[in-house]
Parts: sequence; C-alpha cells; structure tokens
Amino acid sequence: MSDKKLRIMVAKPGLDGHDRGARVLARCFRDAGFEVIYTGCHQTPEQIAASAIQEDVDVVGLSCLSGAHRYLFPAVAKLLQEKQAGDITVIGGGIIPEQDFQPLYDSGIKALFTPGATLDSIVDWVRTNIKPRA
Amino acid sequence: MLFIKEVLDSSSKMRKKWEDEVKKSVAKWADQKPRWSTVSDLEIKRLYTPEDIKEMDFEKDIGYPGQYPFLRGNQVTGYRGKYWTFRMFSGMGSAKDTNQRWHMLLKEGQTGLSTAFDFPTLMGYDTDSPKARGECGKCGVAIDTLEDFLQLVDGIPMDKVTTSMTINPPATILWAMYCAAAEIKGISLSKIGGTIQNDMLKEFIAQKTLMCPPEASVKLISDTVEFGTKHVPKWNTISISGYHIREAGSTAVQELAFTLRDGMEYVEDVIKRKGLDVDSFAPRLSFFFNSHIDFFEEIAKLRAARRIWAKAMRERYKSKDERSWWMRFHTQTAGCSLTAQQPYNNVVRTATEALAAVLGGTQSLHTNSLDEVLCLPSDHAVQIALRTQQIIAEETGAANTIDPLAGSYFIEALTNEMEQQAWDYIHKIDEMGGMVAAIEKGFPQLEIADAAYKYQQQIDAGEKIMIGINKYVSEDKSPIPFLEIDDKVETEQIGRLSAVRKKRDNKAVKKSLDDIKAACKKGENVMPYCIEAVKNLASVQEICDVYREVFGEYRDPGLY
Repeated sequence: MSDKKLRIMVAKPGLDGHDRGARVLARCFRDAGFEVIYTGCHQTPEQIAASAIQEDVDVVGLSCLSGAHRYLFPAVAKLLQEKQAGDITVIGGGIIPEQDFQPLYDSGIKALFTPGATLDSIVDWVRTNIKPRA
Repeated sequence: MLFIKEVLDSSSKMRKKWEDEVKKSVAKWADQKPRWSTVSDLEIKRLYTPEDIKEMDFEKDIGYPGQYPFLRGNQVTGYRGKYWTFRMFSGMGSAKDTNQRWHMLLKEGQTGLSTAFDFPTLMGYDTDSPKARGECGKCGVAIDTLEDFLQLVDGIPMDKVTTSMTINPPATILWAMYCAAAEIKGISLSKIGGTIQNDMLKEFIAQKTLMCPPEASVKLISDTVEFGTKHVPKWNTISISGYHIREAGSTAVQELAFTLRDGMEYVEDVIKRKGLDVDSFAPRLSFFFNSHIDFFEEIAKLRAARRIWAKAMRERYKSKDERSWWMRFHTQTAGCSLTAQQPYNNVVRTATEALAAVLGGTQSLHTNSLDEVLCLPSDHAVQIALRTQQIIAEETGAANTIDPLAGSYFIEALTNEMEQQAWDYIHKIDEMGGMVAAIEKGFPQLEIADAAYKYQQQIDAGEKIMIGINKYVSEDKSPIPFLEIDDKVETEQIGRLSAVRKKRDNKAVKKSLDDIKAACKKGENVMPYCIEAVKNLASVQEICDVYREVFGEYRDPGLY
C-alpha cells in the first residue's frame, strides 16, 4: 500500500468572489492531512484544468455561488476528459439548486455539497471515495 | 462619572450577595453551557451592573444625539423627522427587468434605490467576453454601455430618488453613466444624489471583485472623491463597507476595525494625493455595515462605530466641521446568517437583524429576502422583506425614541469593549504602515480566514447553533418559489451590445479611450474623460481594459 497523500485542488471558477466556503474547506482539507492547492478566485475552466493536470491532483473541488455553475462545472469536467485526465475526480459546492444536481452528475461531477454540509461529511466523502491516483 | 460613590458601593455589596445566590443555584441547576458568548465569540457575563461602566464620563463618552461623540446618532430628532431610508438592493437579468423591479419597489413604498450588478459588470468585463460566459444577469443586472444604463433608469426621477450602486473596480465608469444619464435627462449634476460603493480596500480583504493593484485602485477612488467634491456635491463617493468583510467570516470587531481603518486610509490618500482639506470631502464619506444575528453585539457595534469615527475625524485628522465627524451608514441584514433549510425561518432572522440595525441607529437599510440563500429574490419574498422594515418603523414603536438602549449597563459596556478591541486592531494596522501595507502582508485576510474557520468548526461541533442546520433539523421542507434567470438573457444582451458596437462612432470611442489612457498616465482625474467616453458609448470593459493596461492587473493571491 502506498502512503501517498491525497492531493486536492480547491478552485474558484468564473467571476464569483464568494470564497469563504472555498477557503474554509482548503484549510479543513489541509488539517485532514491532504495536500491542498487553492487557486484563488477568478479562474477560467481552462486554467483550472491545466493546473489540475500540472499539479497532478487526485480531486478538484469547485466552488461557485454566483449561479454560473451550470456552465462552469461541466466545462471543467469536459476539459479534463479531453486532456486524458478524466480520472481526476471533480466535485463541487456552493449555491446549487436541487434541480441542477442531475445534469451536473451527468456531466461528470461526482458529488455536490451545498450549505449545511459539515466539514467532516465532506472530508469523509473524499476519504471514502477517492484513492490517490497511480 | 455616571454614578456617585454610594451607588457603586451598594452595587458592589448587592453583587456579592447575588454571586453567592448564583453559586447555590448553579449547584442545583447547572448552566446549559459552560461559556456564553456572542456569535463572534466575544464572552458575555451573566449580568452587567453599574460597576461595569463606572469609568464612563457622560459628556465625553455618551452625550446627546447630534453632538460629539455621536454615540447616540447624528440626527438631532432621531427617526421622528424621517425614518431610515428603505433601500432594497436589487438587480437581475437585463436593465429592463431591473427597471421593472425598481418601479414595483417604489410603488410599494421603498424610498431609495440600490443596484446589484452582475459579475461581468462588477469585474469590468462585457457580456460578450469569454470570461463572462454563464454569468450574465445571474447575480444582478447586466450593464455594458450607456444604452443599457438609460434603460435601467427609465422613468426614475433622478433628481428626487437617491440611487446607490454597488460597484467597485469600474465605479468611475458606472458613476460616469449615472452622471451622463442625468445630463441627458436635463438634470444638473448638483441635483443628483446617491452612493457608489467604490471601496476597493475591502475587495482585497474580502469581496474579491478585483481589477488593478491596491495603490492604483486607491488613486481611482481619490479621483472620484475629488470630482464629487467639486461637481456632484450631494453624492456619497465611497461607501466604506464592512458588510462583505463580515460575510467573508470576520467577527463583529474585525468588521468594525477593518472598515474604519479602510476609511482612514481613504481620508489620508485624498489629503495627500489631492491636497484637499479634510472638511471639503469627509462629509460625503458614507459607511455600510452588516447586521448579523447577535442582537446586542450588532447594536453595540454600530454605536461604537459612530464614536470611533467621530474621534478619528476630530482628533486624528483635526477636522473642524461636525458633518465630517458624522458616521452616516447603510446596513444590510446578514446573508450568511440565513439557511437554505427551512427557508421561512429566514424571515424571523432578518426581522431580528433589522431591529438591531434600527436600534443601532442606521440611516438606511436593506432587509434580505427569505429566498436569498437560494436565488435572487422573487417579487413576493422582496415584498415581505420590505414590509419587515415598514412594520419595525410603523408598528413596533422601535423608532419612537432615540438610542433607546443607551445607559444599559450591558450595552454601554459592550460598546466600550468593542471600541477598545477595534482601536487595538487599528493601531496594529498603523504600525504595519497602513491598510494597503497590511493587505499586501495578507493580515486582514488571514485574520478573517481564522475567524471563519473557527466559526465553521463551532457550528460543526454544535457549540454555535443554527436552527435547521445543527439543531431542530427537520426533513419537512416547505418548497419556495424559485426565481431563475433564463440563459437567453445572455444571448439577448450580447445582441444588444453588438448592435451598439455597430451603430456608434467608433473613432470617437477610440479617441475617448486614448484620452482616458493619457489621463491615467499623467495622473489626471479620469472622471471627466470617463463621462465623455460613456456618452460615446464606450463599454465598461473597454474602459477597464485601459485601466488594466496602464495600472496592471491584480490576481487573488488565494490566501487561506
């Protein structure tokens, strides 16, 4: 068994500046023992996909509270697939209405966390569902 | 001294007796939790007495409304002459959609307008920019050129209603549009009133609508202050904002301290850069605070804010005009206190927060709608939020008398404590070389990140309670109607923008953009050039691209 640490990128796509959740989670993942890369706000889907590949992460966690998740989340997932990095798991969070869940899952987003989700529940999901990529 | 010695002596004697009783009582019925604190984790005592405020001096520390140190408010008559301005923040979809919402709100008794722009507008991008994909009209109204703006203010009496615009990096441009629209309607600039948020320091600290680096951003702000002082005397050129600092997870004290220190930074820059006398512009500085869920902490914060500002203006900046000592502020209830779970509970939260703002003496108020945690507010939800203010004003009696909680042992002690802690922060930032230097070090950003993380951990541990999140969780969901912005808003807006680009005089646009560039390079005031450019139908992004080219672009360093 490898004891390789899980590498997770917390990313803020689009023009949204509501970064409280993203920053709290970045710190929480760090405290949970993951290697964390936080992109800061205002990343394009192209920038996020490129950095995820370059940083060789296992997971990308996208955060969006502006309503633009319907465009931005699938865009990141699609770019990763196109760049043969579809094995990087993409998850998301923010203000996401329930009716958007299924279309986002269909586009390749593996899990969505919305207000009220505890930090522990998010960390547990990541630990249970994601292993460091080979 | 507020109390004679006899009062303090008897208080001390009675307190000892009471403390003995408390010990006995607690032995039988233990307190429900070991530590009682505000939402910001400021520890609160079981009881406050005259002894807690025995050092206070009535004249120096409390005083009267309309008199230094303005703890009790700027207005001599309180709310009797005029309630606070009922100002609901609104904007969605196209300029036409927002204009309709504005007319509805004015008809329902709103007394001032407040504009929410969408993210591309806020960040200085046009709707057809690749960076704007998916965002058009989502979080506010999309404005690309003066044509959109004229549609936004269609039928609005700009000489009678004041309008606030939450706009930061492109504040010069949207304000230029407002000025140009007034001129087109034949209204002189001396008659229009309103506010541009125009507070970039808190963007670096918290809200993150970013464009140019801090130094250049402050320069553009000083340009607007100078232009307003000379040409638009009824305009509030900066709304120095704590709201977003708090929403980003700060404590109440951090909100107070960072906001006021931001205000001081602007005052110092205008004096230094523009050579203006402090009393020529300081009366037009305004503030914007959050009203969070902890009722008394918020009241104390707002009272402390007025006293700190009055002291800073009089003592630190040697201002002579009383109007410079006034802290005039708008308040918004706390978006981050609302829950998506059991959303109707949000009406109660907002009402409590609004009452705190009123008891703290706010001069203008936005009440959040119950659905704002999920989407832009629906007409019905906005109406309930507006009615909340009207009920507080006209039914509850909260506005009958000025600063009704003054003299409360607890409120005065808490006000003093928060003021002291705020000054400690202010002095620390002074030592760092001011707020721009502190931001470059990441100081306020990381202080807020610490507080936000700690709060989330307290919520997860059940040490702080949010009903519906970590207590009284119920599966019973009452679905609420959901306002959605159609994706076709984007297509239509791009269509309008390209039509404008075709029909306008592109030579005149280029010349006016060159003029702005030259003004930026020479350090001249950009405002007259911006007004000319927007009249020629230059777009928000075209002007912002000039700023980015001359001053450089600032990227979020991503501190956490």
